[in-house]
Amino acid sequence: MITVENVDKHYGDFHALKGIDLEIASGSLTALLGPSGSGKSTLLRVIAGLEVPTSGRVVLDGRDVTNLAPQQRGIGFVFQHYAAFKHMTVRDNVAFGLKIRKKPKAEIKEKTDELLRVVGLDGYQQRYPSQLSGGQRQRMALARALAIEPAVLLLDEPFGALDAQVRAELRTWLRRLHDEVHVTTVLVTHDQEEALDVADTIAVMDAGEIAQSGKPRDLYDAPSSDFVMSFLGPVSRLGEGLVRPHDLEVLLEARDGAREAQVVRVVHLGFEVRVELLLADGNGTSADGVGASEPVVAQITRAEAAALELSAGDIVWVREQLGTRGADGPKAAAA
Amino acid sequence: MLEQSRPARLTLRVVALGYLALLLGIPVGVVLYRTFEHGIAPVWDAITTPAAISAFTLTLEVAAIAVPLNTVLGILTALVLVRGRFRGKAVLEAIVDLPFAISPIVVGLALVLVYGRIGWFGPWLADHGIQIIFSLPGIVIATVFVSLPFVAREVAPVLREIGDEQEQAAATLGASSWQTFTRITLPAIRWGVAYGIVLTVARCIGEFGAVSIVSGKISGETETLTLLVEKRFNNFDLAGAYAASALLAIIALATLLAMTRLNPRKDHQS
Repeated sequence: MITVENVDKHYGDFHALKGIDLEIASGSLTALLGPSGSGKSTLLRVIAGLEVPTSGRVVLDGRDVTNLAPQQRGIGFVFQHYAAFKHMTVRDNVAFGLKIRKKPKAEIKEKTDELLRVVGLDGYQQRYPSQLSGGQRQRMALARALAIEPAVLLLDEPFGALDAQVRAELRTWLRRLHDEVHVTTVLVTHDQEEALDVADTIAVMDAGEIAQSGKPRDLYDAPSSDFVMSFLGPVSRLGEGLVRPHDLEVLLEARDGAREAQVVRVVHLGFEVRVELLLADGNGTSADGVGASEPVVAQITRAEAAALELSAGDIVWVREQLGTRGADGPKAAAA
Repeated sequence: MLEQSRPARLTLRVVALGYLALLLGIPVGVVLYRTFEHGIAPVWDAITTPAAISAFTLTLEVAAIAVPLNTVLGILTALVLVRGRFRGKAVLEAIVDLPFAISPIVVGLALVLVYGRIGWFGPWLADHGIQIIFSLPGIVIATVFVSLPFVAREVAPVLREIGDEQEQAAATLGASSWQTFTRITLPAIRWGVAYGIVLTVARCIGEFGAVSIVSGKISGETETLTLLVEKRFNNFDLAGAYAASALLAIIALATLLAMTRLNPRKDHQS
């Protein structure tokens, strides 16, 4: 269990963390999600002891560690750019923490080999980090962090430097690993899909504060603010409110509450079809865009798109599907 | 890399090699040729005179003190310059480069003004029976001063490039600062350190200006190899001067060779 109590962090004039209170349950996998500069990495580094908070407390399993050096906290930390020890072999990298703890040689070897098997790097013991791919390096870094049997595993954008496919593979793998090892894990990410995919709990951060925290599905279905809603998945602004693309209904004739719009683009994304629309009254913008000319995005199924026979230039009517707020969206169910 | 036409490539090579030959190859070649013109016996005689042996030993002694000192201080300075966050860092940066900017003669004069008989500390030192100018300590201080920046200047960019994430990772794995330094930082910067040491050795052995002022050039006592070369040259003992020069050149070449022999391992590991 990690408890963060009223933590503040200033860098000169910059207020990076503003009175953060957060509880992270033992054995959970929690994601700190937020845009860059929201303070999520700073918070993780404060938990690790790599940054000292200006005020507030950090408690790990009932032990106040606020003034302890990272060496004494019993944590595992994984960096975005791997921080591999370049002059050491894979085996020596993973064994580093055990050698520092002066464990017997036989135990070190056994433990190292076992961990390398767990992360799928068996047979790579004698290689140097430069001979590994990015994904392999990060798995080595994970094995290295796990070798000291940390009470808490902290991951700072661990897949941020990898390409999309490896990233998706590794996060599935991380989820499985977590289910096996059960170490309390905190993952920092700016990728909402990654957070929804792996975490049991998500804390959305904005400008040094926690905007909302809870189960992924609760955050997705009942966001406490427009910021949380727009950060967890795509949204469009329709009139006053924000709407998810798949909560929009595209119609061929005017109905109650529907607005007239022109189809700008139809994009086929496999099972779903994305329709980009420009409202006739110019009122609609996509929430992530700034200009009024940003199109509203609707996401509909292939069958619906085929029935509507949409193509660029068509005039249609668009409205929020009735009774969608809080209902099962396909994405919420997947998480 | 940019593809070059054949004539352009040849021209570049000729220019670069010609420049090197004119400035470096031919003069060094002539020295070596003149040295061994009459066979090895006269050379051996010239470098085994008591004055020559004393000069050779003194030069090595000075290097043996100055090089380790500047290696340790250089690494510390580089760490402070790269990792430190404090006011006046720009001033420290400039001070580290000072020995490059000041002429060695000026360094020698400054040392005499501070530690000499009529210098600031001169009377106090004389009262306590400590002699710095015209003896070994003065030569060492002068040599340390002029060769100060090499290790720091070679190590600092390497430190900047490797960043501090590896060190942070070591800390989270339980390593103390000293363990992190010896097991992570030092191996990562070892090539910068090695190159800095080679340059420092070369500078220590070849130093002339500052040493010529503070040493007093007492034959058999405070005469280094470079000073011996100058004395023999001024006394029209050309053969003797060439022999001593050749000895200097051989020490320098040996250091460079040691460096290149060490270097290939670099490619395997980094």
